[in-house]
Amino acid sequence: MNAIHPILILLVVYLAVYAEASFGGARHFLGAQIDLLPALVVYTSLSSGLFTVIAVAVCGGLFFDSLSANSLGISVLPLLLIGTVIYSQRGLILREQIFAQFTLGLGASALATVLTLLLMLTGGHKPTLGWFSIWQWIVMTAGGGVLTPVLFKIFGLLDHALFYRPAKQTSFRSDRQIERGRKL
Amino acid sequence: MFKKPQYIALWVVVLFVLVFLNLPSQTTNRLKLAIGSLFVPLFGLSRSAQQTTTHVTDTLVPRSELIRQNELLQRENQQLKLQLAQSQDAVRENARFRQLYNWQPRAAWKPRLAKVVLREPSNWWRTIQIDLGSRDGMKINLPILSQDGFLVGRISSVSLTRSQIVLIGDSNCRVSAFVENDARDQGVLMNSSSTSDNALVPLGYLPRIAVLKPGQNVLTSGLGGIFPRGISIGKIVDSEQANYGLQTEARVKLSANLSALEEVWVLTEPK
Repeated sequence: MNAIHPILILLVVYLAVYAEASFGGARHFLGAQIDLLPALVVYTSLSSGLFTVIAVAVCGGLFFDSLSANSLGISVLPLLLIGTVIYSQRGLILREQIFAQFTLGLGASALATVLTLLLMLTGGHKPTLGWFSIWQWIVMTAGGGVLTPVLFKIFGLLDHALFYRPAKQTSFRSDRQIERGRKL
Repeated sequence: MFKKPQYIALWVVVLFVLVFLNLPSQTTNRLKLAIGSLFVPLFGLSRSAQQTTTHVTDTLVPRSELIRQNELLQRENQQLKLQLAQSQDAVRENARFRQLYNWQPRAAWKPRLAKVVLREPSNWWRTIQIDLGSRDGMKINLPILSQDGFLVGRISSVSLTRSQIVLIGDSNCRVSAFVENDARDQGVLMNSSSTSDNALVPLGYLPRIAVLKPGQNVLTSGLGGIFPRGISIGKIVDSEQANYGLQTEARVKLSANLSALEEVWVLTEPK
């Protein structure tokens, strides 16, 4: 991994926010738009350094708020909190396991929505909320959970395609070679 | 857990966000527009992709279909010309009567077609963005209509190349409206909260004795100075007593399909 990896993640963040604002497929079928940013924060916090996590939370949050009616910066804090917590505990997380990725995506998506709404209500804003918002929250949570392993897979493929892997040391040692047959 | 530079970076970000959240709304709007302009290359890409698709689709349409559509359009055009001639006569008559009674002539709003380029990415606001901005003469609070001429919302913020529209049903878009019944009962379209259908919007602050029937038309009243009078909004679905029987509240089915807006009319101010 080198400096291209964080740039790649930030590029995906940029495209994800644009896609959320341009394509309303999920909104038409499920009644809610799925947010990709919590899933991206989960991936970043398990695969990159803290500065990349901060960059993803700040850029993602600001991009999202700039295209939305949200107050500018309100989405940054929940993403930053989620990213920091996961980053601090990543030694304990089995990041290669799909179930762990799914659970983290699920929790991050659920928490990011709730925290953003709480911040907004605390700030005196009046978002459109009602009983249907619970369904939207469930869709966003489930969508985030499902998309997190997909993101891990996509980034895995990108890593494989774009970056050189260090050559693995073989276990072959010439001084330990068993030579069969009779020594002449 | 973290190293010192990491702690410092975290606190700096938190501080910056808190400063952002406490900035005056005018500064925040400018910052939003500046950050939003980073997406301009993607707008260009998306537009050229659409144009290519349209071009390819156009070349694939058979000649017979084009001739059929052309005949249909010509017929429709003749009908519209006839309607226009009749309505112009009515307009002239109206102007004459206004002159007779010394009434102020009603200013004609100039409609301008705009393309919807972005939708609200979050689930708790109802906004869209169009491809016209301040360089095209867009201003805050200009009314927006659907392609069929039904009220959709108003402009809430304007950048050089884009404008944000706040749609009916959002808490930031309240519309003074009247019901087309004998009493011309007036109310205010409020934000829809407990509904999954974004085509249903509550009409509140109606008189307690309002007689409302399903199917009655709801139009803009012109009060408030933002929306001109007489724009069609939708139809009454049902009504009930609200606020301990002091008022009536009705549900209005919007005539415009807010989920499928692709092009909208902006009513620019008359000169």
